[in-house]
Amino acid sequence: MKKETARTLRAFAIELAIYAVLVVGYFFLVLHFLGGGLQWLERNHRYTYAGAAILLMIGQAVVLQNVTTILLRLIRGRTK
Amino acid sequence: MSFPISGAHISPIYLAIMGFVIGILGGFFGVGGSFIAGPALRVVGLDWNFAVGTDLAHIVGKSVVAVRQHRAFGNVDLRLGLIMAFGTIAGAEIGAQLIQMLKRAGNVNLVVSIVSIAVYVSISSFMIWESRKTLRSKKGGTAAPTSLAAKKHDPSSFDHVTRSIQGWKIWPMVNLPASGVTISLWVIIFVSFIGGLFSGFLGGGAGYIRMPSMVYVLGIPTHLAVGTDLFEIIISASYGTFTHAVKGNVDILIALVMHTGAAIGAQIGAICTQYFAGPKIRLAFVPLPLIGAAIVIYTLMTGHKI
Repeated sequence: MKKETARTLRAFAIELAIYAVLVVGYFFLVLHFLGGGLQWLERNHRYTYAGAAILLMIGQAVVLQNVTTILLRLIRGRTK
Repeated sequence: MSFPISGAHISPIYLAIMGFVIGILGGFFGVGGSFIAGPALRVVGLDWNFAVGTDLAHIVGKSVVAVRQHRAFGNVDLRLGLIMAFGTIAGAEIGAQLIQMLKRAGNVNLVVSIVSIAVYVSISSFMIWESRKTLRSKKGGTAAPTSLAAKKHDPSSFDHVTRSIQGWKIWPMVNLPASGVTISLWVIIFVSFIGGLFSGFLGGGAGYIRMPSMVYVLGIPTHLAVGTDLFEIIISASYGTFTHAVKGNVDILIALVMHTGAAIGAQIGAICTQYFAGPKIRLAFVPLPLIGAAIVIYTLMTGHKI
């Protein structure tokens, strides 16, 4: 049981580290380039901006969850 | 990092860590967590209107992640969530109108503060009494449920009242096979309407009212109440995000950064529910409304809205 817990925690720590690197890259690449376009939409087309905001949020949620699931599966497979 | 929409300068690490913490709470308790996110965004200098709107946008994303995880565990009653969304949105609109009426009368802050303190303290007191009583009694199993059938058997010391409410045969009756409950549509609408009313009146998603009332009034097992509340939050928070974004109160870039932490936190919170029995989740829920009450008391005493 203790071995299993240690393995899960180790896999989780590795996942967090890889996830952090991916997220930092995401901050500086994707969000940096999105910023200008979204600001323009927010100033000029509020309804489009509102719709885009919800779609972006849901899209990111689905993508990030899939990324974390794949990462965890890969890492658990290796630690086993 | 600079966020051009709101003109704020906030560390993305701070936002991601905040999202992570709120994500765990949301995934575990089925709440939006705006009572923490709002003040946490205000502390770093975001204007109040942006704090409210941006928090709602981040709640949408976090809830999507938590619901997908809960759904994998069989903890989401889609039918119930869809019905509740109607009542919540109607209630939120009327709650917002009530606020406008009180504003015109000139005593909005005092009335809202007193009502919210009374509601928060009552919920916490009731839940601590009920969950402790259930855990002490023989029927209050303390082991985590291992199957869907075990989740549906969620003992509560308030069962007798819940059963009598389920006995009201007011047409139309709604069968909720996922939750193992058959109940009048009007009771569901009433519960969600009250949740929405408090959401519009006190701000935030009002998960601290809706989750307990789903358990005690509708008789939904705690695990399903958490997952279904989150599903319902996706709909009501999306509606709130849209209306706030149209009014220019949403910085979606801040919400996206917060959500990078929340995505992991919400999954952890949802997975953690699998290791706790319903009464234990309800007992752990008790501090949340008290934190809300403490924030309101602080605001009332100091005059600083946090």
